[in-house]
Amino acid sequence: MERNPLRRQLQIMRKSLFDQGYLDEQFVQLEELQDESNPNFVEEVVTLYYRDSARLILNIEQALERKPYNFHKLDAYMHQFKGSSSSIGAKKVKAESTLFREYCKSGNGEGCMRCFQQLKKEYTTLRKKLEAYFQVARQAGPMETACRPK
Amino acid sequence: MVLGIDASSSSLSNKNLSVLVVDDDPLIRMLHDNYLKHFGLKPHVVENGKEAVKLFQLGIYFNLILMDNEMPIMNGVEATKVLRDMGSTSMIVGVTSRGSPSEMQTFMEAGLDFCFEKPLTFDMIDFILKELNMNDDDDDDTNN
Repeated sequence: MERNPLRRQLQIMRKSLFDQGYLDEQFVQLEELQDESNPNFVEEVVTLYYRDSARLILNIEQALERKPYNFHKLDAYMHQFKGSSSSIGAKKVKAESTLFREYCKSGNGEGCMRCFQQLKKEYTTLRKKLEAYFQVARQAGPMETACRPK
Repeated sequence: MVLGIDASSSSLSNKNLSVLVVDDDPLIRMLHDNYLKHFGLKPHVVENGKEAVKLFQLGIYFNLILMDNEMPIMNGVEATKVLRDMGSTSMIVGVTSRGSPSEMQTFMEAGLDFCFEKPLTFDMIDFILKELNMNDDDDDDTNN
């Protein structure tokens, strides 16, 4: 049980991210790669993810402005986006990506549009939560490897 | 799932293994690079299949190649076929984001030793390294 209040807060935030389904097991894999020689690894990976995926989000947005939709292109962008999102354990974002690709396969433009709006919401929400989490993590200082959620 | 991987002992046996990561996604390259470093390896990293083939043509041998499938210029299936045709005996492990059985099969048929869905996990890498080290006859005392 963590006595340090900041670390305790960090544990609570972390648990909440998993309990509420924002993150999955893949995030734990990232945490396991973090150690003294690589103390900010998780934050670096997440930062890289948000930087890289911003370009993909923009591409998709622009593609959705051109009618008729090029579903093949949309699917290709989303395929890449889904891959990156999976890599950081972004569970809800990944779920929306999967749904979007289903809509692409069935040529459902309306579905793609709706799904994309939801995806952007999840994407932004996750970023805010992770930013808050990393802020506390930095203040709390280096931590022992956190407990596995399972 | 508790990962009882003893990274320190496997890093001793892994020191002489050369690894190549082939992936067009910088995030995946960074991830796989770090996973492998955690096991005591120093992977070489390239962006597409053509770059991987170039290295082979230059006579650079890798014990292990982690090959993404969907890449520009030359994808994983093509690169694997070319490498095998040129006589590569590296262990080539496909890492694909499409989990469909038919795609994995096509990829395997190109000449892979194993194929996994990305992203890789510690367990998968541990498995791969154990397979690689089988030739060296290491004791298998890690418990998963």
